Amino acid sequence: MKHIKTVNKPTLQASVGKGGCGECQASCQSACKTSCTVGNQVCEK
Amino acid sequence: MKDRIHKFEQNGTYILLDINSGAVHVIDKMIYDMMDTFDGTNDNEVLKALDGKYPKEDLTEALEELHELMKMQQLFAPDIDIPPTFAQTGIVKSLCLMIAQDCNLRCKYCFGDGGSYGQERAVMSPETGKKAVDFLIEKSGPRKHCEMDFFGGEPLMNMKTVKAVTEYVHQREKETGKKIKLTLTTNGMLLNDDNIKWLNENDFSLVLSLDGRKEVHDAMRPDVGGNGTYDRVVKNFKKCLDSRKGGNYDYRGVYTFLRGTYTKNSMDFTEDVLSMNDAGFDILSMEPVVLKDSPLGFTEEDLPRINEEYDRLTEAYMKRHREGKGFFFFHFNMDLSNGPCVAKRLSGCGAGHEYFAVAENGDLYPCHQFVGREKYRLGSLDEGVTSKDLPQYFRESHVLNKPKCRDCWARFYCSGGCHANADLFHGDIRQPYEVGCEIQKKRLECAILVQALLKLEKENNEG
Repeated sequence: MKHIKTVNKPTLQASVGKGGCGECQASCQSACKTSCTVGNQVCEK
Repeated sequence: MKDRIHKFEQNGTYILLDINSGAVHVIDKMIYDMMDTFDGTNDNEVLKALDGKYPKEDLTEALEELHELMKMQQLFAPDIDIPPTFAQTGIVKSLCLMIAQDCNLRCKYCFGDGGSYGQERAVMSPETGKKAVDFLIEKSGPRKHCEMDFFGGEPLMNMKTVKAVTEYVHQREKETGKKIKLTLTTNGMLLNDDNIKWLNENDFSLVLSLDGRKEVHDAMRPDVGGNGTYDRVVKNFKKCLDSRKGGNYDYRGVYTFLRGTYTKNSMDFTEDVLSMNDAGFDILSMEPVVLKDSPLGFTEEDLPRINEEYDRLTEAYMKRHREGKGFFFFHFNMDLSNGPCVAKRLSGCGAGHEYFAVAENGDLYPCHQFVGREKYRLGSLDEGVTSKDLPQYFRESHVLNKPKCRDCWARFYCSGGCHANADLFHGDIRQPYEVGCEIQKKRLECAILVQALLKLEKENNEG
């Protein structure tokens, strides 16, 4: 495409029907630990 | 359709995020302008709105590209509701142990009242710590991977319990086949050769607290006598980092993070991040202080200055990366292609349903920040979870159930923000702390931009 460059292969929709195994790391969101937000986590599978 | 996308411009780069697919598109200014009107069904309106601003043939070409994205479900992807994979009840798999509700520092912004959390200064006994291990193993059921965080106060003030609990963790791992990842958060004052060696041998991930520049750190993190601590802790942190060089450490497995806090007194915090990097540390985090009615805390009026500083940090981060001297900054790290599933994005931090804190006396709370907030006491290691409603209330307090989050573009990245902060500001975990939301959104924009730039520059370099 000339006007648009997509930089990722998104998996959010696909993960609606799968996932949820709960094996990934907890992600504290408070400022006192360095594990804020889930956006920067990866799936453990 | 507008509520299914988020677009922004930063440092001359235009980004379009498709919220429900997670697709990130780097676009030109023309597409950026078209998205003010385009909803997938109104090409003629777009042409009319931008008539004279862009050549018609260019607009037509761009519209074709936008329709192509829609076909691939990377633009205006359908809304996501609670997926069947999001279990109705949570399974507790992470515990935070308040090893010492006491501290050898008196940080100016401490949420834990100098480590005591408004209670008597006390340390956790080895017996209580071991009961917590048994509790975790029982409650985690089929989960193989669990976590235990040694926290305080300052946990190294109670090495006796840290060691006894760790030994017991290893014993129970062998008996049950579970893997319990260990983390310890320390101010560094008591890090010495002996405990560094022991922490390394036991595969502890470490979170080391440093606020950046010496003058900033010393002003915010004095010892009990009011003296600066920068020189002492940096010496210990360097020793610790040196001991881990060449070992099996990264930022996801067994990690060593340096984390800092910025306040109203250090709004030029880019300097603090760079200062930590200059001091030889390269896995870093710097987070905003959260304080209510404090001269160190932030209000909405501070947001323009904070946003400007994140732009500066983004530029500095990219500059060092381009010079081959890149460092890892926690909030800019985002895996755009292999991020967590929707169920995880709803469960968020897990406080109160997947993650509990254990106070030094064995009482259970939704997380370390709630320790001492009595209405949130969930039970104790001896009694078990006695609160009938709170775990479920926390479980259901996800972004799709919070009015302010449900329509926010960042809902699947921040997962609703910190419950403890929401409670602090509004007395209600379902009403997010607004200033925190705005900072979070800015950080996410920076992270998305950084990841997009890194990807494009890598592709360019590879020709």
